[in-house]
Amino acid sequence: MIKAILIFNNHGKPRLSKFYEHYNEDTEQQIIRETFHLVSKRDENVCNFLEGGLLIGGSDYKLIYRHYATLYFVFCVDSSESELGILDLIQVFVETLDKCFENVCELDLIFHVDKVHHILAEMVMGGMVLETNMNEIITQVDAQNKMEKSETFIFQSTRQDR
Amino acid sequence: MPAVSKGDGMRGLAVFISDIRNCKSKEAEVKRINKELANIRSKFKGDKALDGYSKKKYVCKLLFIFLLGHDIDFGHMEAVNLLSSNKYTEKQIGYLFISVLVNSNSELIRLINNAIKNDLASRNPTFMNLALHCIANVGSREMAEAFASDIPRILVAGDTMDSVKQSAALCLLRLNRTSPDLVPMGEWTARVVHLLNDQHLGVVTAATSLITTLAQKSPDDFKTSVSLAVARLSRIVTSASIDLQDYTYYFVAAPWLSVKLLRLLQCYPPPEDASLRSRLTECLETILNKAQEPPKSKKVQHSNAKNAVLFEAIALIIHHDSEPNLLVRACNQLGQFLQHRETNLRYLALESMCTLASSEFSHEAVKTHIETVISALKTERDVSVRQRAVDLLYAMCDRSNSKQIVAEMLSYLETADYSIREEIVLKVAILAEKYAVDYTWYVDTILNLIRIAGDYVSEEVWYRVIQIVINRDDVQGYAAKTVFEALQAPACHENLVKVGGYILGEFGNLIAGDPRSSPLVQFNLLHSKFHLCSVPTRALLLSAYIKFINLFPEVKGTIQDVLRSDSQLRNADVELQQRAVEYLRLSCIASTDILATVLEEMPPFPERESSILAKLKKKKGSSKLPDMDDSRKNVNGNTEHAEDAEVASKTPQFLLEELISTDRPHPSSSATMLPTRTMVPSHTFTDNLNVNSAPSSGASLLVDVFSDFSSAAPTESSDEHFPRFVCKNNGVIYENQLLQIGLKSEYRQNLGRMYVFYGNKTSTQFQSFSTSVSSNDVLCSQLNVQEKPVDPLIEAGAQVQQILNIECVSDFSDTPVLNIQFRYGGTLQNIAVKLPVMLNKFFQPTEMMSQDFFQRWKQLGAPQQEVQKIFKAKNQMDTDVTKAKLLGFGVALLDGVDPNPANFVGAGIIHTKTTQVGCLLRLEPNAQAQMYRLTLRTSKESVSQRLCELLSEQF
Repeated sequence: MIKAILIFNNHGKPRLSKFYEHYNEDTEQQIIRETFHLVSKRDENVCNFLEGGLLIGGSDYKLIYRHYATLYFVFCVDSSESELGILDLIQVFVETLDKCFENVCELDLIFHVDKVHHILAEMVMGGMVLETNMNEIITQVDAQNKMEKSETFIFQSTRQDR
Repeated sequence: MPAVSKGDGMRGLAVFISDIRNCKSKEAEVKRINKELANIRSKFKGDKALDGYSKKKYVCKLLFIFLLGHDIDFGHMEAVNLLSSNKYTEKQIGYLFISVLVNSNSELIRLINNAIKNDLASRNPTFMNLALHCIANVGSREMAEAFASDIPRILVAGDTMDSVKQSAALCLLRLNRTSPDLVPMGEWTARVVHLLNDQHLGVVTAATSLITTLAQKSPDDFKTSVSLAVARLSRIVTSASIDLQDYTYYFVAAPWLSVKLLRLLQCYPPPEDASLRSRLTECLETILNKAQEPPKSKKVQHSNAKNAVLFEAIALIIHHDSEPNLLVRACNQLGQFLQHRETNLRYLALESMCTLASSEFSHEAVKTHIETVISALKTERDVSVRQRAVDLLYAMCDRSNSKQIVAEMLSYLETADYSIREEIVLKVAILAEKYAVDYTWYVDTILNLIRIAGDYVSEEVWYRVIQIVINRDDVQGYAAKTVFEALQAPACHENLVKVGGYILGEFGNLIAGDPRSSPLVQFNLLHSKFHLCSVPTRALLLSAYIKFINLFPEVKGTIQDVLRSDSQLRNADVELQQRAVEYLRLSCIASTDILATVLEEMPPFPERESSILAKLKKKKGSSKLPDMDDSRKNVNGNTEHAEDAEVASKTPQFLLEELISTDRPHPSSSATMLPTRTMVPSHTFTDNLNVNSAPSSGASLLVDVFSDFSSAAPTESSDEHFPRFVCKNNGVIYENQLLQIGLKSEYRQNLGRMYVFYGNKTSTQFQSFSTSVSSNDVLCSQLNVQEKPVDPLIEAGAQVQQILNIECVSDFSDTPVLNIQFRYGGTLQNIAVKLPVMLNKFFQPTEMMSQDFFQRWKQLGAPQQEVQKIFKAKNQMDTDVTKAKLLGFGVALLDGVDPNPANFVGAGIIHTKTTQVGCLLRLEPNAQAQMYRLTLRTSKESVSQRLCELLSEQF
């Protein structure tokens, strides 16, 4: 099972956090900090797996991560998941984001965190992998966007924002 | 066209985020956020009704603020309102807010459930998916109660869309994990298995995850999935990659699904059906073959996907552990990976090999890679990989390579990362003990450990070396010499001082002949370390000094002067002061004879499982110890299991302390450094050793508690522990995932008192906790059990005690049952445990002379008074164990009565309220035939019968 999915940048600023097990807010923030601390001090070219930190479950848990430019994508998983499989999943996630945002960058994640959540929801649900086929995921996201467009169009013109 | 167009976002949100990003300081950021929170709060509270768009915008802002680590304590109601919007975007953001922010026991759950219910019934697949996601992500008990019965229906309904089926499968999986008792099993299970044949591979993937989890809990119900999974796997593995179109990932056909199917198969033994089995073998061979083919793409994704499947196939081969040919191929494949340039593959290969090392077919094959693994330990740049190398060395260690491996681990320890030092220390200590052929090597190794990594040498390790030295007289002289030399170092670790103090105190005389290590030199050496040590170590050294006075009368004066000094006699620490006063007094008034008796050499410790091993198990969790039976158990481990294991590992420890402390009043003479017949009160150091090595009742308890917890398998049946209590009074009688029940009991004549300890292993309170003892009609008149009230609440992780008073009216052969009832979460739990109150508990041992014995034996010669049973030995025939069991049974053992010294003869009186029954017994082991003959003579037929039944089950 995937226990948590975290995205943060090279300075440890969280860009997405999704926990599939309930923790209180303070613990969640602590987990993010601890994970950043563990992952960021590792060299490039070392392996992408790392025994879990203290907070998120102890010895049965692993952090599996990838580092893309300014962002770390970290999945915290238990021993029922295949390590390489999760690495692939991170790759699928990133490629999907890239397609959806056209050359995704950190700013997209900041300004559209809701969208990122929706894309992730098409892939992982309740800590289990829902879908790995990128075309299928994108089809679903497209469908969502169409619905959204048709709705926003109706009432956007009449409002001033802020 | 990009799927997300950037222009149509919410402008207010974008402005807010930009403001935050432009903040120069943390203070400015907090200020801006507080301003925004106030703004949103007033908007939500304001008179003007907000439209859906505004609500959505504010909810998004709250999400962003939450991500930055600020508490959000409002907005929940607005989010719930968004759920009932019929606009998709508003509903979606409402659900998002709830799955990120709503606590599973929030009061809003009922409102949320209402909205979910509507969406599930809407027949709109998008809305249904949102609702299912929400249930899966929150996964609370209330939700399970509300929807657990609906979801299976949605999952197997013929007209459900594929995407909804996928979500429903995972939703059900989640509920099964959080509230397994609420998910009804039923006719849907068979139909779920058939989802493995579904057209849509996404549905198959989700279904495989679900079935894997369910099959772990009730394997029999899902047996049919094996053939379907093999068939599906076979189709994937042999297909040309284009067949699966979208599910082909970088030229690998459906890697995710393959991995999941291989995991599912790991829940079962190899298929019995020959054709199915050969089909599976064929698949596995194909996967192994593919690993040797040239890659279809240079991309790392291609090799990752391919190897993900390969590693899982290897895991299945190891799990089956039945095809030597495949095992050796797997081992060779992993051997190749050990030298691969991808660090990930080296890591995984080391990890898999660890499990492979415990298979008898491949242990030798794994050993051939020892040099590679050692070089990994030396050259890998990544601590994760080095740690795996340590694990593998530990797993592949046996008698043939132990010296090499221990030496390598020791040398690695000098530079090892701090985070893994303690674990390496434990591993070295265990291997050194396990494979020690000559114990001088063992002593050297442990002293090296202390020298290299003294701070990481836990008490268990140095206790253990002392136990071993005391138990083996062939190594004592060497040990004394070696510690003496080690103590010469100008700076030595405190742990070394402890070991040195203890060993010289016991065996310093063995090296005292050499003028370089004369008594005075030894004493001065130890005392030179005294002032640098902590209080417990000083206390230990004082004990060593008094032992010196006994060993070497010539240094008595010197030591008395030390004890007499103000820094000892008036030490601020009570313990040290007391020791100094008592030891000084003892040395002044006791005659040499008394001194020699009081300060006699320590008797050997009873042999038992190393406490170090227990410690390592605790540290690593059983799944990481390849030489243990259950090393593969967690292969498909899920969260609850892991949490339970963790709780379980805490609880017995807790219980143990409880039991041991109540055990204290029983004097246990042999483990204390000073025999207790002296009036010297027990001291902290000796107590410390006691906890770890107390013999008699305490010891057996300790071992049992440890072994219970190390196997980590919760015992469902309450009868399993029962027989063990015939010959002992304390221990764990019952344990499941929620509750652990420990017992401690005392009996005198026809009365008994039992302390029952109920330990809550969960993180949730038990409510309405109540117990009752029931006996059948016959037993009611023979045995009275009266229970004291017990607290109706047991807090998470807490333990409560209940006292039972027991009175034996007349002899009996049935067993009372302890019924326990409590509420955990929402459900009522019922547990029935047989209480180990047996007739033999009311034994009073009777010593008698040989002559008396035979006289009584003859008196009890009537045929109905004697019961005899001949039975096969179930355990190893060990004289000491047998003795201990007979004593535990309650009789006195009479030496010199039976002409054959191998036989055991015992006598005792059973006390009941109405009468007393004298009992004589004789146990004749026949080691050659591995049989026993047990004869019992008592004045009452029913007593003879019952005692014979009870005792004959114990060997």
